[in-house]
Amino acid sequence: MKLEHKIFDVKDFASEMAKLKTEKHFDFLVTIVGEDFGEEGLGCIYILENTGSHERTSVKVVASDRDKAYIPTVSHLWKGAEILEREVYDFFGIIFLGNKDMRRLYLRSDFKGYPFRKDFKAEEGYSLEDDNEPDYTMEYSLKQDGTLQATQHKLFTDDDYVINIGPQHPATHGVLRLQTILDGETIRKIYPHCGYIHRGVEKMCEEYTYPQTLALTDRLDYLSAMMNRHALCSVVEEAMGVELTDRIKYIRTIMDELQRLDSHLLFYGCCAQDLGALTAFIFGMRDREAVLNCMEETTGGRLIQNYYRIGGLQDDIDVNFVKNVKKLCEYIKPMFKEYDDVFTGNVILQNRFKGVGVLSKENAISYGCTGGTGRAAGWHNDVRKNHPYDMYGNVEFDEITYTEGDCFARYKVRLDEMRQSVRIIEQLIDNIPAGDFYIKQKPIIRVPEGQWYTSCEGSRGEIGVYLDSRGDKSPYRLKFRPMGLPLVSAMDEILRGEKIADLISVGATLDYVIPDIDR
Amino acid sequence: MFDFSLITTWFDSLLRDTLGLGDFLSILIECVLVGVIILAAYAIIAIVLIFMERKVCAYFQCRLGPMRVGFWGLLQVPADVLKMLIKEIFFVDKADKLLYMIAPFLVLIGSVGAFAFLPWNKGAAVLDFNVGIFLLTAISSIGVVGVFLAGWSSNNKYSLVSAMRGAVQMISYEMSLCLCLISAVVLTGTMQLSGIVEAQGDAFGWLIFKGHIPAIIALVVFLIAGNAEANRGPFDLPEAESELTAGYHTEYSGMGFGYFYLAEYLNLFIIAGVAATVFLGGWMPLHIGVAQVDTVLDYIPGFFWFCGKTFLLVWILLWIKWTYPRLRIDQILKLEWKYLMPLALLNLVLMTVVAALGLHF
Repeated sequence: MKLEHKIFDVKDFASEMAKLKTEKHFDFLVTIVGEDFGEEGLGCIYILENTGSHERTSVKVVASDRDKAYIPTVSHLWKGAEILEREVYDFFGIIFLGNKDMRRLYLRSDFKGYPFRKDFKAEEGYSLEDDNEPDYTMEYSLKQDGTLQATQHKLFTDDDYVINIGPQHPATHGVLRLQTILDGETIRKIYPHCGYIHRGVEKMCEEYTYPQTLALTDRLDYLSAMMNRHALCSVVEEAMGVELTDRIKYIRTIMDELQRLDSHLLFYGCCAQDLGALTAFIFGMRDREAVLNCMEETTGGRLIQNYYRIGGLQDDIDVNFVKNVKKLCEYIKPMFKEYDDVFTGNVILQNRFKGVGVLSKENAISYGCTGGTGRAAGWHNDVRKNHPYDMYGNVEFDEITYTEGDCFARYKVRLDEMRQSVRIIEQLIDNIPAGDFYIKQKPIIRVPEGQWYTSCEGSRGEIGVYLDSRGDKSPYRLKFRPMGLPLVSAMDEILRGEKIADLISVGATLDYVIPDIDR
Repeated sequence: MFDFSLITTWFDSLLRDTLGLGDFLSILIECVLVGVIILAAYAIIAIVLIFMERKVCAYFQCRLGPMRVGFWGLLQVPADVLKMLIKEIFFVDKADKLLYMIAPFLVLIGSVGAFAFLPWNKGAAVLDFNVGIFLLTAISSIGVVGVFLAGWSSNNKYSLVSAMRGAVQMISYEMSLCLCLISAVVLTGTMQLSGIVEAQGDAFGWLIFKGHIPAIIALVVFLIAGNAEANRGPFDLPEAESELTAGYHTEYSGMGFGYFYLAEYLNLFIIAGVAATVFLGGWMPLHIGVAQVDTVLDYIPGFFWFCGKTFLLVWILLWIKWTYPRLRIDQILKLEWKYLMPLALLNLVLMTVVAALGLHF
């Protein structure tokens, strides 16, 4: 989607955004992109969607004073904005007036400067001192005379029992730290801390050529490596006006679905493991192996696939690919029944999942929890249906939705989606058309000036890529919409008043992957 | 039937008559010898159980389990034990040193104490009192204190949560555990373990046959409660790996951890052993009332009967552990206080009626 921004002034930004939300029903904030516009100043691009008509729009707002850049917050309109604004603050130093939590999100609290500003010098940033984490947050407001006023909010009271779940913890699936205030076994509040595996992927992209940036996508959410790269390839191809052959589209669709199968099988396994059912865990891993074998023959990779490139695919499919995928489909269908027998039907599992960790549809939209999490709450957010790309418009499959929004619904969505993935693959695998697997591109790819946003349905939500090109051989600004960040920001809301053990079930069913959150 | 008291009386007379030792010395030697044998059996059974668990769960999960160390992986567990023995034992800063040291021993005392009650064969019960059942439940509950102290003294928040869980869970489940044992006592009319076994010697005399419905209910409740008492899945909340890392023994290393590990497996064995003794006739062979068959069955030593029954129950408990996901703390307590305990109480009444009116076989 080529972006035609609505441009708002900082002064009437708040009221205009409120109007967009209430009058035009742009109730889903897809993402906030911070950007250094150079001479113009620092600013943000808000991408919004109307969840009824799936119409999308983008809003641009620029704060001209680089040293004292501020923009009013929209966190009262979209709950998910709070953490997205923290990210922008962390990278660009734009202060969001009225956001109650203006701490850094990814970088250490003693980091100096704002790394995504174009005038940032790397040697200034780091310090070798011990990082004393602040136990308060800042809220900024504008005084009458136009100066900023800071107010401190304490994070904890003196007799809170605070327990760190993570960054090294078996159930966080990576280095996520959830600072949890407990009352006995009951959770009172969760502060998520991200950034333990932050690599500055977006910043690195600004110095790489377009083909080089591709290598980084597989390292975001490694369980939707194909979709991540699909989104990045699509945005560049769209910007350059590359027309793909049907063969490429077929193969990409099949590969995406294989990847989804792989991810959901791992989800099933980890879910079982987190609840202590290790046999089900091994069953999931056993069948995931079969999926990986199928992909490996063509791509050569099992985790890091490196398969798509701008203009097509790295190489044609393996000669045995079609045969093996068909065999896989036949093999895996009876296994779904086995999963239900050994795990889904278990009474303990049902007690642990049903009615636990409920995320309502309104909150799912407000936080921007896309993917299975949103669909479990009844939000029709499947990018494959709403904004069809490649072959998804031509195949038959159901968008799985539930209405409960609890852990069990989230779990069932994934299990049912695996069946749909197999259904999609079966429709496509027999009639992959002949044609080129790669449309030849110039050795040095230059994207024309402009801004684009394209998204794909990743394994656990919408993976979007925002590209701002100034006509160079590397992007001026590249931003990935993480699938997991909204999920983590919603955890506090979901879990308040539940038990510690529910944190594990909720974490397992939200199915976040940390490198995707941290980038 | 092979009577183990032949050996014990022979050894006693060897010391007293042949060697001419006095009362004090011969009892001292016998006690030390029995103690050593118990501890050795304790360690060996732990090794067997650990190996069994690893192999059984591997086959449940379409894996092979340990295969590399020794033939069929037989030396894997001894190697692990060796590793654990030579590991450094460290102390946690600001931990309560005394309690931290004592806790593993308390857990071990409870479990070894209960272990000594198991009647292995006719005449081979180490501790055999007229209030055996009573003492058995009393000694085995010392373990709770160990778990609680370990969690409390570790100066670790995860351990503390786990200690609270452990204490709550173990104390709760002891209730139905004892109620089930009492219903067996009602039927057999004795609290002495050897007496209970002797009472099951008739044709189809095992309590689950003899006491039919109430006895079967009691056995099932006993196994569920016993599983919870031994902190085994699906009731392994105190150590809930994915929630509390390793719970109360997070901060232990080397043999400190080893003791908890040992005790966990032995508790499993003890639960199965007590259930086998009380409900499945212990070392008593299955008599079916046909004299020839009974004689043949009697030729199989009681030791094998006991171990066979116990390992069968252990296997069932492993099966449950490796299939079921973990419960949540409130669900665990609800299960006990709302379902198991009332059920066990009603069952006790039922059993009393059955015993009083002579409705059993």
